[in-house]
This record gives sequence, C-alpha cells and structure tokens, in this order.
Amino acid sequence: MNDPKYTGQEFKVVGTRVKRPDGLDKVTGRARYGADMSAPGQLVGLMLRSPHAHARIKKIDASKAEKLAGVKAVITSADLPDLTGGNSGLYDTLENCMARDRALYDGHAVAGVAAIDRTTAKKALKLIKVTYEKLPHVTDVDEALNDDAPIVQPRYAQDGRHGNLINKGEFGHGDIDKGFAEADVIVERSYKTGQTHQGYIEPHACLASVSPDGTGELWVTTQGHFAYRNNCAQLLGMDIAKLKVTSSEIGGGFGGKTHVWMEPIALALSRKANRPVKMVMSREEVFKASGPTCSTSMDIKIGAKKDGTIVAARAECRYMNGAFPGMWGTLGGMTAFACYNIANNKAIGVNVLCNRPKVAAYRAPSAPMMAFGVESTIDQLAKELGTDPVELRLKNVAKEGTLAPYGPVWGPIGIEPTLEAVRDHPHMRAKLGKNQGRGVACGFWFNIGGQTCSDLNIGPDGTVNLTVGTIDVGGARASLALIAAEELGIAYEDVRTNIGDTSSLGHNDTTEGSRGTFSSGMATIFAARKAIDVLKERAAKMWQIPVEAVTWEDGSAHAVGNEHDNLSPLTLKDIAKKAGNTGGPIAGHHEATADGAGVSFASHIVDVEVDPETGKTTILRYTVVQDAGKAIHPDYVEGQFQGAAAQGIGWALNEEYIYGEDGRLQNGAFLDYRMPVCSDLPSIDTKILEIPNPSHPYGIRGVGETSIVPPLGAIGNAVSNAVGVRMYEVPMSPPRILKALDDASA
Amino acid sequence: MRYESPTTTKAAVALLSGEKGQAYVLAGGTDLLVRLRMDTIEPDLMVDIKRIPAMSEVTKTASGFKIGAAVSGAALEKNKALVKAWPGVVEAANLIGSDQIQGRCTMVGNLCNASPAADSVPALIAAGAKAVIVGKKKRTVPVEKFITGPGQTCLEKGEIVESITLPAPAKKSGDAYLRFIPRTEMDIAVVGVGISLTLKRGVIDSARVSLGAVAPTPLLVKAAAKAIIGTKLDDAALDALAMACTAACNPIDDKRGTIEYRERVAGVLAKRTAKIAYERAGGK
Repeated sequence: MNDPKYTGQEFKVVGTRVKRPDGLDKVTGRARYGADMSAPGQLVGLMLRSPHAHARIKKIDASKAEKLAGVKAVITSADLPDLTGGNSGLYDTLENCMARDRALYDGHAVAGVAAIDRTTAKKALKLIKVTYEKLPHVTDVDEALNDDAPIVQPRYAQDGRHGNLINKGEFGHGDIDKGFAEADVIVERSYKTGQTHQGYIEPHACLASVSPDGTGELWVTTQGHFAYRNNCAQLLGMDIAKLKVTSSEIGGGFGGKTHVWMEPIALALSRKANRPVKMVMSREEVFKASGPTCSTSMDIKIGAKKDGTIVAARAECRYMNGAFPGMWGTLGGMTAFACYNIANNKAIGVNVLCNRPKVAAYRAPSAPMMAFGVESTIDQLAKELGTDPVELRLKNVAKEGTLAPYGPVWGPIGIEPTLEAVRDHPHMRAKLGKNQGRGVACGFWFNIGGQTCSDLNIGPDGTVNLTVGTIDVGGARASLALIAAEELGIAYEDVRTNIGDTSSLGHNDTTEGSRGTFSSGMATIFAARKAIDVLKERAAKMWQIPVEAVTWEDGSAHAVGNEHDNLSPLTLKDIAKKAGNTGGPIAGHHEATADGAGVSFASHIVDVEVDPETGKTTILRYTVVQDAGKAIHPDYVEGQFQGAAAQGIGWALNEEYIYGEDGRLQNGAFLDYRMPVCSDLPSIDTKILEIPNPSHPYGIRGVGETSIVPPLGAIGNAVSNAVGVRMYEVPMSPPRILKALDDASA
Repeated sequence: MRYESPTTTKAAVALLSGEKGQAYVLAGGTDLLVRLRMDTIEPDLMVDIKRIPAMSEVTKTASGFKIGAAVSGAALEKNKALVKAWPGVVEAANLIGSDQIQGRCTMVGNLCNASPAADSVPALIAAGAKAVIVGKKKRTVPVEKFITGPGQTCLEKGEIVESITLPAPAKKSGDAYLRFIPRTEMDIAVVGVGISLTLKRGVIDSARVSLGAVAPTPLLVKAAAKAIIGTKLDDAALDALAMACTAACNPIDDKRGTIEYRERVAGVLAKRTAKIAYERAGGK
C-alpha cells in the first residue's frame, strides 16, 4: 500500500488550477506573518551589531543599559554558555547568533536588549559600551586565499592548506588529461559572480516566550519550524518537546529562512526577562546579518572533437562561505556538468571563508554560479567549433543511463526534452533587431526528500483537515489538498490543509530542496489511503458485511458481490456522519523518510537589448522550459518557474553586495541593492514538461529551484551576443558592460 | 517631539525660528519620515506645511508660474498649463519614487533635501527657477545657488521655502530632463541632465544645461550651453556638448557608479536630452 512507485494513474483533480486557499487572507491583510503576533506584556528586542568587519571584543560594559528604566534584559555571549557538546556546526550557529571573542563581519550581533518599548530599547543599545580591537579583514574570495590574508576562523585552519580554505569537494569520472589530449578545440576561461541576497520581502521576525517552568513558545517566520525548534532548544539547553514552535505565514524565504539568526537570542532574552519578547529585523539587518548566497570565482575548461563531441571538462570554483564553513562549494561541484554526458570530467568546489555574513541556501544553492561559467564556456566552444550552441548541447546531453558526474546513473530525466522544446520553440525563430541578442542555457537541481509526518482527519460533516509539517512557501497547501481530494475522491473545496506546529506532529524536515510537495505529497497519499482503509471498515460495520467485500471508488464505499446488490454506496460524508457510532473519529497518518526525489532540469531562452552608450540591458523576452515530473497545480508551478527566472535576472544584471575598503557593506537597502522591479521584467513565458519521477506515486519532482540555475548563463550569452563582447562577470551591470566594450575596442 | 501644523507661512516661520532644538519642515514626508524611521534624525519640532493654503497651489503669475512648497508631484502632472510650459520640469519631478510617493512628495522637498542626485533640481536649474524664501524677510535665490553641498542648503535658521517660481517660457523654447538608472523606476539617478533652450530662426539662441549626481551639488554648466548656442544641434555641437558635460563632472566612485562611468554617461545623456528639448522647441 505504501509503495512509492509511479503508477501512471489518471487524475481527476490533480493538475487543475483551483483557487489558492491562502489567497483572500493575503490580499486583504488578514494573513499573519512573523511580525503580526503579539502577547500580553511583550517586550521589544533589539540587537547591537558590530560596526567592524573583523574585531576582537575586549570588553562589553552593559551596566548603564541595564540600569536604564524600562530595560528588562541585556544578553551578551556571556549569557550563552557553549552547550553544543563538540558539534562544530552547532557551535558555528551559536557564534553567529552572538559574537563571542571576535566580531567576524559587519553586522555581527554582539549584544541583545529587551525593553518595554522601542525607544527605550534603542536608548539601551546606545548605552552598551563595547571595546573593540580592530583586526585585519578580507571580504573578497580570491584575496582570502592570498598568503598574507587574515585568517577568519583559526579553529578551522589546518596544516598543509590555506587557513581560509575549508575543504574541496571533487566530483567526476574518466581521465581529464587524456580527454583534453584528444580534444581538437579547448576553451578555457575564468569568471566571477557577486554575492546576492534572496531578497524576501518579509524580514525575519519572531515572538518568543519562555516560562520559568522551562517550557517555551516561539512564533516565527521560517521555512522549517522543526529545525528552528531543535536548534533553539539545543543552544539554550531546553528539552525539545518543551519548546513549541509555530510557523507564521511566510513572506518569502528562498533558503534564507532555513537557519536561525536572532531567534535563540529572542528566547534567551525572554527567559532572562521572564516576559515575551518580540524581535523584528530591519531591512539593513536582513542584508547584513542573515544568510545571503556565495560570491564566487572560477576557472572552466572544456574540450571537444571537431564533430562537437565534448571529450573533457574541468571546473574549479571558489565559493565564498562568509565567516562560517558551509557545503556550498561541494554542492556546486556536483552540479557543474550534470546536464551533459562527458566521458572525462572533473569539477572541484572550494569552500573559502571571508569576513562576510554566514552564507545560507539560496534557491538551488551554488548551482547558478557554476552554470554561469559552464554555460558561458559551452557557448564559446560552439562559436569556436562553428556550430549552433543548442545543437552542441543536444549532441552532448545527458540521458537515461548516463553516469552523472556526482555518482548516480540517471533514470528518466528531462534535460534532452527541455532542450528539444527550446530548439523547436517559436521564440528561437523570432527576429532580433540592432543591439539585441539571444542566449540559451541549461540548469540542473537535485531536489530532496527527507523526514515527513502528516495527519489527515475527517470531520463529522465529511470535510477533511490535512495537517502537514512542511511550511507552505510556494503553494503546497493547495497542491496537498488536491492530492488528498484525488485520493479520497472528494472535492478540493472539502479539504483544508494546515501547517501543524511542532507539538502536533513528528519531526518534519525544513521546506528546502523543493521537497514540500514531493515529500508531504507522498505522506498525504499514504495517510489518505490509511483513512480509506478505516472508511471501508466503517462502511462494512454500517452494512454488517465483511470488510473484504467493500471497495472505495469516487469518494464512496461500494459493496461488491451479488449478495450485496441491495446496498447502495456510502459516501465519505455518510460514513463520517456515523463515525461516533462506528468506532470514533476517522483519520489517517503517515510518517516516513521520503526517498527518491526526482532531479529536475530546465532550459531557458532570453532575448536582450543592450544600450551600447550606457551599457544598460533590457530583457525583451524570456522563456522557461522545465521538467516538473507532474504539475499538481500548474499555476503554482508556472509561478515557481517565473519567480526563479526573475530572481536569476536580478542576479545577472544588477544585484550585488558591495563592500568598502573598510569591510563594511555599502548597500544594505533596496534602493542600492538593485533587485528588479515589475517594469524591469517582461511577462515570462513558461512551458511545463512532465517526465514522471519513477519514485513518486504521482511522478512528482520538486519544481521550485531549478529555474534559477540557467538565467545567469542565458543572459550572459544573450548580452555577449548583443554587444559582440564576452561578459565574464556577474552582475552585468551597466558600468561593467560599458567597460567591457571599451576594453574590447581599445 | 512636537508636531505643529500652522495655517500661515508667518506662523510656520515663527515656530521654526522660536525652536531651540532640532526643527524640521514636513511637506510630503517622503524623505523626512524615512530618516526619522532610520533614526538618522531626532527632531524636537516638526512643522507640517500642508495646511498653509498659499503653499498648496500652483498659480500662473504675470511672470510665469509659482509652485507652492506643499504641492505634490501628482498635482504638478495634473496642471496642463505647467506641463505645456515646462514639460521637462514636470517629467523630472514625476520620476521620483512610485505612484504612491508621487501622491505625497513635493518639488520643494526634493530641493530642500539637497541630494546631489535630486531629479527635479537639474530640470529646475535649466528652467531658470528661483526659490522664494521667507524668514525675517523675504528673499529669492536662483535654484543653482540654493544647494551648497550634499544635504546642505543656503537656508538660515527660521527660514522656509514658500514656493518655486518658473519664468514664462520664451517662444520657440523647450526643456527636457533625462536620468540614468540601472532599473526602469524606483531608483536614484546615477547621472541626471536637465536642458532648456530657445531657438531663433532655427538656431539655438540661448540654453541652460544642468547636471545632477556628478558632483557634490547639481551643476549649472555654462560651457555646455555655450557648446550648442548658435548651432542647429548638429553632430559637432552634440559632441562638443557631451565633452563639456563630461569635463564639468566631479563625481565620486560609489555603489551607484564609477567616476569613469558617470563622466561618460553624462555626455551621452546630455546629447539625448538636448535632442528632446530641441524638438520641443520646434527645431528640426
């Protein structure tokens, strides 16, 4: 019954474009986000942050702040003993939440204050006297590997390698030296990409309340309330079961809300003050002290035979992890050549530390940068070979049975179909004008499964509450309700999906890796099937026949066999109404670690126009083709494709963290951190392909991330085609494009 | 903090000159309230001028137009006579912020905020606008002399800008303003160029060229005007204009653009702006 294999079943409601369940509340302002919850007697929590990129904290004198009327608690690292038990990742989190002996980046928290109002809390911050000893800093990924670079985290330094180089993830197969020796044409180039932020519209916000009896509650905007619970409880020495975390509506996360930032401090302040504490980050704090993505620097080398067969490929990409080590380079290395079948390939992802905030996931983390380098190089290779770049990609495309660079042998995958759809798309034949160019690029993302636990409860009137533990960041509530309705054979409108708090379900992994609809979808299917078993038992009881003689079809129990001809079907509502007399409430439950997340591929087409006098790029037309496995709710799937492309466009053209010589962030505001506004974007066309994931009953693959992977490369290729000069650095901002044109004509 | 909303200019001046602490004038509040929220200012007194009738209207005068200090960007756009007379000035003011901001922001506020990148200021300078200042006595200052440095103006304590005056445009004249931003809207100028010019028998007889965001204050560039006066805006004149604008720049390298980029684009935009102004003046 719990076989996750794809069956090819026909759908009735899955795949329809039903109304979203959260829409009305969101457009009317009724929906409650992180900052919308209040508690009686709550205090305002604020953070004091380091103004230095790197400094030793010699002394913190909070005595004046503590004496200020209205201040109820001040917290420094002295209030946060190390309870991490040798878990270095958890210790990193502790140190990132509150600096200990050193401030490691501009914006690193050094003290927290809880006071009766904002004015008092602000006054208190000014009264805290921190004595810093400024230390040398480094914010550039290449400079961090210079011999004389300051070492960001001495505890990670090891003999035999640079103190800022944490590790290298190396992937691939074959013999690249032999491969390059066989190549007729080799293109070798270097690229850089700037650091970007996910740019979610809702800043981090929470309301924390800890009781003297050791229990606590946290209302928070998060992608993973179970992970937040576990982390906070561990850092503060609380029992996991005694901390209840409730996820609010979320105003975007894109990976940035997979990690705790000020939440443990809010809880610590509440515990010390014995009052609820609300903390809401400012936008500047979000930029400086949450988790943006990596900046990178990379070298890509690809060699091919004259006939276009790519025989060797090598990539080495240095990923700036911020002040704490992550797995970002490793992920990037795995993705580098995933779209292609290359006999000899090697990709190395290097993790490097700098005095910048701790990097967090950002939608298909690490893949877009690597794809920028690889897809740009493939276009240049096509030029050298005198072949069409789409045909070159198709000639070398990965297929079912291809050995993937990071180990597995591909099952049915969608990269070839997306490329064929691109090749055959009318967009590819649209005429281009002066100063205009077209670019194509491909992208890959793994997707994940993970721990999942769901409950399905049938009410006395036959309507259904589906409770899941994966927060809804991209439309999961609608998709999961569709799945429950499909299984039970009832109307979509009769199912309400809720996100349960951490006390109502077993542990659920965070909504990341495009896992929400895949894994909770799977749990929903099996929970619904368990509920159907109960419904059949109850029908059998009502009919007084053996349960073996009951089947479930179209939302009703049917009695099979000639002897039961007189029994007309019982609907779910009929059975639910009598549940009290037939054994009590009717429910289904499922918990599992969902395996077999299906990989997803995308290919994008973009047309741009570049003003040769100002270097400004306008996106004229954009088409996304991506494999969704099965689009449960096509509107949401298209929305994911468009949103990912939009974020990629911003990354490609203007978004970038800009640090000064002093190591401080210069543009921690939306005015100067230039995300695209609506009028910067065309309406983004989408084409959903459905190549079922063999390891999901409905064929579902994660869809949320893959389409942020191709835009950097696609726009890089388009801009380069428009201006006739190759762009090697992202963002391709107007000054950078104009300078590239000047350099080329000099 | 004290909040006052007087109904006469005289009362506003009395409040401002009588305050011992930090006093600020509130019109649209699109800069002031943001700074208040960001804790960059801590006012003791805020004087709201939106209830002063004389400051809330655009009037056609014998010599041109008078634009009150509390007139919103959206109201400027609605004034057909003003749009016809000074399209460049109105377009510049309307580039600021979003539709919502336009409902509140004022041109005088944009001037008094004294940003080097203020969009309406180069257009006002090109148009020959003057600021009417009321304090102990009334005085009038040409807009190009009003801003004295980034965030600095020539206003003395107790003084307030009551209105901006624009001359009636000469026959066969036109004005325009263009700015460069990396996005399409909701952004701040990397370079701004305002130009007004008058034709006589098809030839440019007089011109004023102003640059924004390329120096500590918006500039009136006389050499740039000279480059096109006496021409029909042929290619040579346009190149000379661009060179003069580039030469006049004294920008900084910052998050919004490099020195090199600003100098270059000032020239590019000057050419484009001049062409629009020339066409509006009836030049061919």
